[in-house]
Amino acid sequence: MLSPEKGIGKWIEDRLPVFSIARHSLIDYPTPRNLNYWWNFGSLAGITLVIMIVTGIVLAMQYTPHVDMAFNSVERIMRDVNYGWLLRYLHMNGGTMFFIVVYIHIFRGLYYGSYKAPREILWWLGIVILLLMMATAFMGYVLPWGQMSFWGTTVITNMFSAVPLVGEDIVTWLWGGFTVGNATLNRFFSLHYLLPFVIVGVVLMHIWALHTVKSNNPLGIDMKGPQDSIPFHPYYTVKDNFGLGVFFFVYLTIVFFFPNFFGEPDNYIPANPMATPPHIVPEWYFLPFYAILRAVPDKLGGVIAMFASILILFVLPWLDRARVRSARFRPIYKQFFWLFLVDCFVLGWVGANPPEGMFVTIGQVATIYYFAHFLILLPLLGMFEKTRPLPESIAASVTSAAVTSSKG
Amino acid sequence: MATKAKAEKAATGEDGGSRRDFLILATSAVGATGAALAAWPLVDSMNPSADVLALSATEVDISPIEVGQAITIQWRGKPVFIRHRTADEIARAENTKLDELPDPQTDQDRVEKPQWLVLVGVCTHLGCIPLGQKVGEPRGDWGGWFCPCHGSHYDLSGRIRKGPAPKNLSVPPYTFLDDTMLRIG
Ligand code: HEM
Ligand code: FES
Repeated sequence: MLSPEKGIGKWIEDRLPVFSIARHSLIDYPTPRNLNYWWNFGSLAGITLVIMIVTGIVLAMQYTPHVDMAFNSVERIMRDVNYGWLLRYLHMNGGTMFFIVVYIHIFRGLYYGSYKAPREILWWLGIVILLLMMATAFMGYVLPWGQMSFWGTTVITNMFSAVPLVGEDIVTWLWGGFTVGNATLNRFFSLHYLLPFVIVGVVLMHIWALHTVKSNNPLGIDMKGPQDSIPFHPYYTVKDNFGLGVFFFVYLTIVFFFPNFFGEPDNYIPANPMATPPHIVPEWYFLPFYAILRAVPDKLGGVIAMFASILILFVLPWLDRARVRSARFRPIYKQFFWLFLVDCFVLGWVGANPPEGMFVTIGQVATIYYFAHFLILLPLLGMFEKTRPLPESIAASVTSAAVTSSKG
Repeated sequence: MATKAKAEKAATGEDGGSRRDFLILATSAVGATGAALAAWPLVDSMNPSADVLALSATEVDISPIEVGQAITIQWRGKPVFIRHRTADEIARAENTKLDELPDPQTDQDRVEKPQWLVLVGVCTHLGCIPLGQKVGEPRGDWGGWFCPCHGSHYDLSGRIRKGPAPKNLSVPPYTFLDDTMLRIG
């Protein structure tokens, strides 16, 4: 083993302190001793990103970004390339797992108040990652050049035509033509390759901010001294590895037994610019936002509402005025948290259905509730909610029998 | 001594300081302008290229289209609807009151010859192709076209009547070369 104290290790350390940085951030990093399993999802997201990049780079060696060949090159990957089916199914369902993991990670933050001071910038960087992931996944879905690839892109890029005055010009610029076509496919491939590496950069900043302000925890109170923390290694490396095992069990079950469960059969029909499929749906992870888009009966209004539904997360730290972070000590917020989660599922369900009949009304009510949660409920709760008393410290809470009953 | 005092003065205060501020400002402004100008070729390279722009006009023989029939052809990669309207359809399109329309336009303004309705078959909402060209497809509440994506209804002149689409189906530039040949573009 190389040691930073002697020999080659010391020679390297004196010139580039990799050993001390690794030790500082992966081994000694003081972590609250009471983290539960909801804290596994950050490391899972990081590992998923690596899986996406590795499988993606190998797929890119076989894929052809041209309208006449893209669909067939993906079919060739599936049939002829050694383990091509595995690589593609890992990549396709890896996208799904990535969003599941990141959405859980975000709702963890919402429940335990992880966006509050001093973690605002950490939270912002997380939202930037979410936006970049959405752009990456959207452009990746175009690459197989099936019917959903083509018409999903057409509908989503056309949203920019709602911009007053220059809307049409923006859309033509995005397409590089008068319709979604070869120029569009090429640039999307270029960006689909690039953006994951941009995500890596933002993830590093996200972790940098985390290590500056330290992890939040289920109690939402600060660490007050060494008695409140344990070193990251071995305690959380072990716990994260256990979580990773469970993650792979779920992920590989999908890859091997239900690889097309989250996909749309229509995407196995080659793109046809002259025929729109009867029912266009985006990938499942966009459905709630798609429902918000369609809830507003005005083109520009719908697009604004959809973007606002994500951007509102940026100002969340100032909309929620409560000083207490964790929902464990906020009896009313806790109920509204679950209601909000249900609302997001309702939006997803509406987004998956055609915009007719009762779905229109339900979608509109759920959209209003989505925004009311942030703009009305949270500010009011900050003023009127009576929070429960916080424990003295993390150590006191994990060691005293009195508080162990206060689970949440 | 004198030069040092002068340098200090220049760095910290009064007359010399403002000169340095000016230099920094001027350099930044020139640098920013240069960067913006250099970015333009990168941005513009993403606009439609000459070969895409050169996509030629399309000519169609419309003589086989019977009254009441419609065909779809491709122009600049987009579908174009050509409908041979019946007398009744023309009358309904012409007699629509303008104040019923979200995007008011008379039928006369949208056709060269009333029996031939020529439209870009792209929904002005988010770009799907409306249904109604083929027999048996839904044609919406106004008997024209119906966009299944988010439920926009177009009338027999291709004008938007109901749904999220803000504008009428657009009319491409076209000319009748003679009684049977139509040139689009
Ligand atoms: C943030 C990470 C990434 C996400 C969320 C993502 C997402 C996606 C999605 C959803 C698809 C469509 C899968 C399908 O339906 O077939 C796709 C396809 C593809 N991606 Fe990625 N991707 C990521 C990273 C990468 C990277 C780094 C590369 C390579 C350089 C890459 C290369 C490809 C290729 C070549 C395809 C087309 C082949 C196929 O459809 O399976 N991806 N990606
Ligand atoms: S694209 Fe036609 S209604 Fe939305």
